[in-house]
Parts: sequence; C-alpha cells; structure tokens
Amino acid sequence: MTKSDPVRLISVVLTLLAVAVIGLLLAWAVFTLPEQAVGLSSMVSDRMPESGVNAEVTAILLNFRSYDTLLELVVLLVALLGAWYLGKMHLSPEDTKPGLVLEGLVRFLVPVMILVTGYILWLGSHAAGGAFQAGALLAGAGVLMLVVSREKLPLRDSIQLRILLVAGPAVFTLVAGALVLVDKPMLQYPRQYAGSLILLIEAASTLTIGITLTLLFAGGRPHRGD
Amino acid sequence: MNQPIWYALIATALFCIGLAGLVINRHLLRRILAINVMSTGVFLMFVALAGRTGALPDPVPLAMVLTGLVVSVSATALALVLIVRIQHLHGCVEFPEDDA
Amino acid sequence: MTPFDWLFDGLLGITMLWLGLRAVSGTVLLSNILSFIGLGMLMALAWVRLSAPDVALAEAALGSGVTGALLLAAFNRLQSDKHSQGKHHDKE
Repeated sequence: MTKSDPVRLISVVLTLLAVAVIGLLLAWAVFTLPEQAVGLSSMVSDRMPESGVNAEVTAILLNFRSYDTLLELVVLLVALLGAWYLGKMHLSPEDTKPGLVLEGLVRFLVPVMILVTGYILWLGSHAAGGAFQAGALLAGAGVLMLVVSREKLPLRDSIQLRILLVAGPAVFTLVAGALVLVDKPMLQYPRQYAGSLILLIEAASTLTIGITLTLLFAGGRPHRGD
Repeated sequence: MNQPIWYALIATALFCIGLAGLVINRHLLRRILAINVMSTGVFLMFVALAGRTGALPDPVPLAMVLTGLVVSVSATALALVLIVRIQHLHGCVEFPEDDA
Repeated sequence: MTPFDWLFDGLLGITMLWLGLRAVSGTVLLSNILSFIGLGMLMALAWVRLSAPDVALAEAALGSGVTGALLLAAFNRLQSDKHSQGKHHDKE
C-alpha cells in the first residue's frame, strides 16, 4: 500500500522543515566557532623527526595513528568479503566489444597508470601522496581493463589473488607482531627503521587496495580456478 | 567570515541536503547517493575546520578524512552489491512506505 | 583575501550546493549519479583551495572516481536486470 498523495506531501514538507531546523542549528554552531584555531599541528611537527617521513599526513596515518590505518585496511577486506559471499561477479557478456577509442586508450593508459601509482606511492614520504591515492589509481587501471574486456584482467579465485587481497593487513600485522617480539610496544617503529617499514607497509597496502577495489567493482565472487 | 567558515557553512548545507534526500527518497540507489552526499558534507566540514590554523592546515583531521574516505567507499561498494542482489531477488528497488 | 578569492570560493560553494541538490532530487537516476561525480570533483577542488592536496588527490581518485565507477556499474546492472525480468514476465 502506498501513501496517498496528500499524506506524502505533508510528510515531505515536515521533513524539509525538520532538516531546515537542523541546518540552522548547525550553522549557528559553525558561526560560534573561532575563526582562527590552534590545532595539533605544532604537536605533530615537534615529533616529525622520529616518524621517518617528511610529510605530516603520511606520518600521522602510518606512524602516529597507524592502528586506525590497520583497521581501515581490514574494513576494506570485510566489505569485499560481504560482496564475495553475495553472489558471483557480474561483468559484461563475452560478446560485447569495446569501442576502438577505448581499447586504444586503455592500451596506452594502463602502463602509465601503473607507473604513476609507483610514483605517488614513493612521493608519500615527502609530499602529498601515499598508499591510498596510489591504490585508488591502481584500482582505476584495473577497472579500465575490466571494462574493455574481462579477459584483459582474468580474475580467478586462486591462491595468488587471495595473497594479494590480504597482503596489506598481513604485512601490517606482521610488522606489529615483530615489534612485539623484539620487546617494543606494538606499532612503535624504531627510529632508524621507521622510514623503510612505512614504505614496506605502504607498498603492500597499495597492492591490496588496488585489487580489492577492482574486485568490488566486479561485484562479487570470481570463478574458481588457478 | 573567512574562507574556512564559508566552506564549513557549505558543508552544513550539503549535510542537510543529503539528510533530506535520504528521508524523502524511496529508490534505494538514490538513498545511497544521499548518504554519500552527507558524508561529502562531513568531510568538507572536517577539512574546512582544519584550515583555520593559518597557512598550514592541521594535519590530524586530514588524516581522519583520508581514512573516512576509504571506509565510505567500502561501505558504498557493499551497499551497491546488496542493492543489485535485492533487485535480482525482488524485481524492484523502489519501496513505497506502508500505511500505518 | 582578494575579491578574486571570494568570487572563486563563492562560485565553487554555490555550484557544489546546486550539484548536491541535483544528486538527490529529480526523476532521472543517471543524472543523479553524474551530478554526484561532478560534486566529488568540485570537492577535490575545494580541498585544494583549503591547502589539503593529499585529501584532494584521494577524493578525486576514490570519492569521485571509484565511487562513480561503482555507482555506474550498479546502475547498469539494475537496468539490465530489470530488462531481463521484464522479458520473463512478458513470456509468461
């Protein structure tokens, strides 16, 4: 049974009024904020020498608040597992041919994208960049290949695929565990190895993020096979 | 009003637009779009308020927004797979409200 | 803050609001999705204006690019599923 039209109109108007009230309250809250504020930037820049990188955001993501990043990688994996168990993946049927421009473009673009992925990954240590941006670019390359033809990127439920899927959180957890074994608090990198450990974790995470997002685009479980 | 406060107001408005869209719309895909508009507003609010610290923005909210972006993408992806499944099983994804 | 800054930020903000409105209202689902992709790109621009380039990179790639691709793929699957179910009903 659907709501009749006048009832629906009244509910729409009431919703808009309620949302307008919420909006006005939020806007008033924004106006009472001070225009200049002292954040945590001084605290972060004081600790930058022991973080192993030169970019603040990367240092926060992978050193000061690395636990959040570890859990975020696991969230990606859990979302993929949810999509994996809901059904097989849907890609365009075998007989759809991509356009000529798309195929030529992909042939040129995908190697460049992979190269730029590596560059952005390396760039994260001293400028804007890092694992997430690089992983998203890698996922873009994967999506492009899948759109052109499902055979360009054959996705099979194999052991190699599964290793790639867990590489990011696994390397992160191994580093954390290794630090615990060496009698340091978990995820507190020793100063001289911090930069290399961060690069290792970021590299594994880039691969994982790229393949996970590509599989999420495919929308389900790939076929079994090796 | 300076630049960060202007963007914070835009973020508030985006949040409200998304909220209204979430409640009013009946098509599930439009609801996911409305949720994404809401999270866009929230992230803009974070970054706008981080820009109040002068020339260099406060890096902690920026890191939080990066994490939030990835989580938002995963949630949207799972929700979209669910929607496609619902369409396959029930034949429609636009659910009108029931009478009381 | 020069007048040019104000003009740029003002126009950017108003266009984002307009795209946000177009993303949740209307009858054509495809235009909702496209407005959302455009909103994501303008958000990346707004974040560059707020001196947050890494977040802008991530938003342009993830929030606008990957989310847009996911939305369009889901839209496509919904349409084709509706068509094939329509054919089943016609045959019966």
